[in-house]
Amino acid sequence: MNKLKIFGMGIIISLFLSITSNAETIKIGTEGAYPPWNSKDASGNLIGFEVELANELCAIMKAECTIVEQDWDGMIPALLMRKFDAIMAGMSITAERQKTITFSQGYADEVASLAVMKGSSLEGMDTPEGINLTLGGGDVKKALKTLTGALAGKTVCVQTATIHQNFLDSGDVGKVNVRTYKTQDEVNLDLASGRCDAALAAAVAFTDYAEKSGKPVVLVGPTFSGGAFGNGVGVGIRQGGDDTIGKRDAKLLKDFNKAIDKARKQGIISKLAIKHFGFDASM
Amino acid sequence: MDLDLMINSIPKLLSATVITLKLLSASLFFGLFVGLLFAILRMNKNIFINKFAYGYSYVFRGTPLLVQIFIIYFGLGQIEYLRSTFLWVILKEPYWCAIIAFTLNTGAYTSEILRSAFQTIKPGIIEAGKSLGISNKIIFYKIQIPIAIRQSLPAYGNEIILMMKGTSLASTVTLMDLTGVAKYIISTTFKPIEVFIVAGGIYLFMTFLIHNLIKYLEKKYSF
Repeated sequence: MNKLKIFGMGIIISLFLSITSNAETIKIGTEGAYPPWNSKDASGNLIGFEVELANELCAIMKAECTIVEQDWDGMIPALLMRKFDAIMAGMSITAERQKTITFSQGYADEVASLAVMKGSSLEGMDTPEGINLTLGGGDVKKALKTLTGALAGKTVCVQTATIHQNFLDSGDVGKVNVRTYKTQDEVNLDLASGRCDAALAAAVAFTDYAEKSGKPVVLVGPTFSGGAFGNGVGVGIRQGGDDTIGKRDAKLLKDFNKAIDKARKQGIISKLAIKHFGFDASM
Repeated sequence: MDLDLMINSIPKLLSATVITLKLLSASLFFGLFVGLLFAILRMNKNIFINKFAYGYSYVFRGTPLLVQIFIIYFGLGQIEYLRSTFLWVILKEPYWCAIIAFTLNTGAYTSEILRSAFQTIKPGIIEAGKSLGISNKIIFYKIQIPIAIRQSLPAYGNEIILMMKGTSLASTVTLMDLTGVAKYIISTTFKPIEVFIVAGGIYLFMTFLIHNLIKYLEKKYSF
C-alpha cells in the first residue's frame, strides 16, 4: 500500500513539474504536413522553412522554444485553448481569421494555383499569368469568368479551413463541387488518383509534390493573390488583453514583430526561403 | 458558450444527419447479408471454407475501422490498373468506399454475433424438429434462424450503435456527414466545443432511438 502511495505521489509531482517547467518557454504550433512550409522527415522530426525560421526567431528573441505538432483543422482552436502560444504553419493573414486571433507582420508570401494531372481538359486556359483579387480590374474579371466556365461541374479539391477553400466557397468562380481534405497530402493523393478534376493550394505545394513523387502534376490557370488569399503568412497569436496572460500575449506579438524585422534585415528570411522554396518568398 | 452559434448550427447538422443515416442503413443492410453468409460459412465442416470465414472476421475485427476505410479509399485509389476497370466507377466515389468499408466491418462483427447465436440453440430443439419429420432446410429457416435472430438482438443492438458512431469516420474521406459538417462549421467559427456538443447531442439522440427500438423488439419477440 505504501509503495502504491509513493508511486502515486511520484506521478502527481512529475505531472506538476512538467506543467511548471514549461511556463517560460514559447510553444509554437505547426502542422508538419505542408511542405515546403513545414513537414516531417522520415524519422518524424519536424522540418521545413517555418521550423528553421522559428528557431532563428527564437534565437533573436533569446527565448526557449518548443515546436509542437497540431492538425491543421484544430490549429486556431488549439491556440485559443493555450495548447501553444503561436502558430507558424503557413497560415495566411486573412480578415476572417483576424476576427478570432491576431497576426504578426507577414514573413513570407507566395501565390496559390490550380493544379491538374497532365492531359486534363483544363490545361491551356487563356488567362493572365497571375491575378491579384485585391487590385481587381478588367483582367481579373475576365480571368474569373474564364475559370467559372472551365470549372463548371468539376470537382476541385482543397485542404479544409484554408484560404483556398474560402476562395472556392466565395462564389468568385461560380458553383464548383468543392471536396475538402484534412491534409494537403490527401489532396495530392486524390488529385493523382483522378478523383479530383483539379486541386487548389499554394503553388509550391504542388511543385514540391510533383518533384518528390514524380507524378505528372501541372499548374494551370493564373496564380492567385490578394482578396480571399490574404496578405502573406504571419505568426498567429492570441489577441492580447488586460489580464496577465493577455499582456503576455501582447508582448509576444511585439517580440515576434521585432524579431521578424531583425531577421529580415540580416537576410535570414530570404536565405531560408531560397533554400526551401527555390525562390525568395520572404516579405 | 456561444448559444447563438449552437442554435444556428442545428439545422445544418440535422441535414447532415441524413447522410449519416443513409450510410448507416446501407451498411447495416448489406452487412447483415455478409454477416449471415459468413456465419453460415463458419459453421461449415470443410476446413478451408471454415478458415476463410474465420480469417475474414479475424482481419476485420482485428484492425481499426479508420485503417480499413483509408486502405479502401486512398490505398485502392493508388493502384493504376484498378483505375482502368469498371470497379473505379464505384471506388471513385467516397460514398461507396465508405459503405464498402462499413459493410465489411459490420459484416465481420455480425457474423460472430450470429454464429454464437446459432451455437446457443439447444440440439434438443433441432432433434425435436427432425423427429417430427421436418426437413433440414425448413428446420434451418423456420427454427434456427428465428431463434438465432432473437438470441442475437441485444448484441446486434450494440453493433448498430457502434456502427452509427463509426460512420463519423466517413468525414475522413471527404464526406459531409454529421461529423464532417460539424468540422466544417468549426473551421469557419473556430469554436469546437459548442458545435461538437450539438453534434454529440444528435448522436446521443440516435443512440437513444436505436436502443429503445431494440428493447421493444426484444420484448416483442421474447419467449
